[in-house]
Amino acid sequence: MSDTVSGLLTIAVLVAALAAVHVPLGSWMARVFTDTRDWRVERLVYRLCRVDPASEQRWSTYAVAVLGFSVVGVVLLFALIALQGVLPFARGASMNLDTALNTAVSFVTNTNWQSYAGESGTSPLVQTLGLTVQNFVSPAVGLAVAVALVRGLARSSGAEIGNFWVDLVRGSLRVLLPLAVVGAVVLLLGGVIQNLTAPTEVTTLSGGSQVVQGGLVASQEAIKELGTNGGGYFNANSAHPFENPNAITNLVEIFLLLVIPFSLPRTYGILVGDRRQGWAVLGFMATLWGLMVAAVTWAEVSAASGPLGGLEGKEVRFGVWPSALFAASTTGTSTGAVNSMHESYSPLGGGGALVHMLLGEVSPGGVGSGLYGALLLAMLTVFISGLMVGRTPELLGKQIGRREITLVALALLVMPALVLVFTGIGMVAPLVSSQMLASGPHGLTEVMYAYASAANNNGSAFAGFSADTPYTNLTLALCMFLGRFVPIVLVLALAGSLVAQRRRPANAGTLPTHTPTFAGLFVGVAIIVTGLTFFPALALGPLAEALS
Amino acid sequence: MRHVDNVIKQSLAGLRAMLVLTVLFGVLYPAAVWGVGQVAGRDQAAGSLVSSGTRVVGSSLIGQQWQGDEWFHGRPSASDYAGDTSGGTNLGPGADLEAEVAKRVGAAGLDPSTAPADALTASGSGLDPHITPAYAVAQVERVAAARGLDVTRVRALVEEHSQDRIAGFLGQPRVDVLELNLALARLSAPSAG
Repeated sequence: MSDTVSGLLTIAVLVAALAAVHVPLGSWMARVFTDTRDWRVERLVYRLCRVDPASEQRWSTYAVAVLGFSVVGVVLLFALIALQGVLPFARGASMNLDTALNTAVSFVTNTNWQSYAGESGTSPLVQTLGLTVQNFVSPAVGLAVAVALVRGLARSSGAEIGNFWVDLVRGSLRVLLPLAVVGAVVLLLGGVIQNLTAPTEVTTLSGGSQVVQGGLVASQEAIKELGTNGGGYFNANSAHPFENPNAITNLVEIFLLLVIPFSLPRTYGILVGDRRQGWAVLGFMATLWGLMVAAVTWAEVSAASGPLGGLEGKEVRFGVWPSALFAASTTGTSTGAVNSMHESYSPLGGGGALVHMLLGEVSPGGVGSGLYGALLLAMLTVFISGLMVGRTPELLGKQIGRREITLVALALLVMPALVLVFTGIGMVAPLVSSQMLASGPHGLTEVMYAYASAANNNGSAFAGFSADTPYTNLTLALCMFLGRFVPIVLVLALAGSLVAQRRRPANAGTLPTHTPTFAGLFVGVAIIVTGLTFFPALALGPLAEALS
Repeated sequence: MRHVDNVIKQSLAGLRAMLVLTVLFGVLYPAAVWGVGQVAGRDQAAGSLVSSGTRVVGSSLIGQQWQGDEWFHGRPSASDYAGDTSGGTNLGPGADLEAEVAKRVGAAGLDPSTAPADALTASGSGLDPHITPAYAVAQVERVAAARGLDVTRVRALVEEHSQDRIAGFLGQPRVDVLELNLALARLSAPSAG
C-alpha cells in the first residue's frame, strides 16, 4: 500500500469516528448543562465547596468566579512546583521560579506551553496532583464560558447566565472524566505506561546503559488530548514512545483532541433550539480544519520527495501523513501536543501550523474556547454582512448592536495585538534574539510561533527556541494570561448583554444564519481577518523562507 | 465593599473547589487507571520491558544506542538515546541540517545517494525504537560479516522482524531494532567481543 492511500484511509477513519461520536456526545453535553438534577457526588462537592447550585449568577459574578478559581489555581500550582524539592517523590526535579510561574499560568490557561523538560523539571507529584488536575479543570472552565455565552443567546429578557460552579463541576465530572477514563485505558492497553516506578537504569545488550522512565503517564495523556491541553509528560511530548507507542494510539490521540470541540456545535444547536445553527458552525469549523490538514500534508509530502524523506523530527512508526495530520489538528484546537517536531517541518508545513493557530483556534478550537471563538466570528460575520446588504445585524433574534460589536471586536483583537507586539519586541531585543536556534526568516517564524502559541493558548513550539529565560518566561506567561482571560471576561460581558435582550422572532428582513451561504461567508471572514492582520509578518517569515 | 466581598467569597469557593477536585482528578482518577493497568495490562503499564534471560535489557518501545558492527543500528538521535532527555534536533531545512546529515552519513558509513531517509534523519523523540525495513536490509551484510553468519540467515531474520502497517494501513512498515538484535544475539554470540 502506498503512503498516500494509507494516509487518506487514516484521515477517513478519523473523520468517520468523529462523525459517529459527535452526535451522541453533542446531545449528552446539551443534557448535562440543562439537567435540573444534580448527581449525588456533585451535591457532595457543592457542600464541601459551600456553593449553592440552585442560585444562578449575573455575568459579572460569573466572571469573578472564573477569575477567582483560575487565580487560585495559578497560586496553588506555582506553590506546588516551587516546593516540589521538599515534598515527597522529588526525585531531583527542579524549576527556576520564573519557569515555575510560566508553567503554572500555562496549565491554568489551557495552554500547556512548556519551558521545562518533563523528565527533569517536574516531580511525579507535580505531574499528577498539579498538572493532571489542571488538565481537567482548565478545559472545564472553557466549556463553562462557552455554555454561558450560548445561554445568553438562548434565553430571552433574562439577567443570569448560569452558575459557574455547577458548569465547572458538571463539565469536568460528566463530560471529561468518563471520556478520559476510557481514553486512558485504551492508551494504556496500547502501550502507554502507568506505573509508580522511578526511572531505572538498565544495562543494554551491547553493554551500554539506558534510563527507562516510569510514571502515571496514561492517565495524564488521555486528558492532555481530550481537554485540548497538550503538555507532555516527557519533553518529546506525543513523539515519545511512552506517550504514543504506535499508529493506533496516534489515531486515538488525534481523535481525543478533536472530539469535544467538534461535538460542541451540536450542543449549541440543541441549546438554542435550532439544530441547523449547529450545522453551520460545524461546517465552518470542519471546512477550515480540512483546508489546513490538506495544506500541511501537501507541504510535508512535497518535502518528503527529497533524500531526507521529510523524516527529520518525525518517527518511523508514524511517517509523514500521520505526523502532518497530528500537526494540523493540534494547532487548530489549542492542544499543542506534538508527535513530531514542527521546527523541522518544511517552511510551508511549519508555516501552515503557525497560520492554523493565527486563525484564532476555531477549527475546531479548544474545549469551549473553540465554540465561543467561532460564535464571536459569527457575530462579526452577521455584522459585516448586515452592513453590506443593509439589514439589521442579528444572531438568533438578538441584535448585534454597538455594545455587542464593541465587545466582539475587542475580544478578537486581543490575540493579534499580543502576538504582533511581543514578536516585534522580540526581533529588536537581544534578550530574545540570542535565544533563537535559527536566523533569518526561520528565526522570525520561531519567535512568532512562540508568541502565537502563548496568546492562543496552544502550547506547541518551534522547540529550537530556548524559551527558558526570565524575560521569555514572563512575557509568554503574560501573553497566556491575557490571551485567555481578557477574551473570557469580554465573552461573559457579551453573554450578559445578550441575555438581557428579548429574543425577536425572525422576519423577512432577517439574515438566515444556518445556510451554506452564511457558513461560506463565515469562513471568508475568518480567513480575511487573519490574512489582513498577519500577512505582512507571515511574508517575512515562512513565505520568505519557502521562496528562498 | 460589596464587590470586594464578592471577590473574596468567590475566590474562597475557588480554593475549596480546587482542593476537592484535586482529590478527584489528581488522586482517584490516576489511581483507578493504574488499577485497571495492574489487572488488564501489566506489561504495557510497566513499559513493555524486554529481557535477555532474566536480565531486563530495555523496553521494546524505547530505542537504544548500538555500538559496533555486530549490531543493527537505530536512527541518528539528538540525545544519543539517553532515556532521561527526549527530543529532536529541531533543525529546519537548511545549511545546519545539511552539515549534520553529512556527519551522520560519515558515521553510518553509508552511500548518501542510496541511504534510506530514516538512516539520515533524527527522530522527534530521540528514542525512536524503529527503523524502516530498507535500513535494516542495508545493514545485513555488515552485521553478517561481523558475526561470521550467513547473509541469507540474517536477511531472513530481518524479514521475520519486519512489521507491516497496523491493520494494513495505519502507520508505516518498520523493524523494532531491540527485538531484532535480541533475536540476533540468540542466533549467535558476536565473534568480535
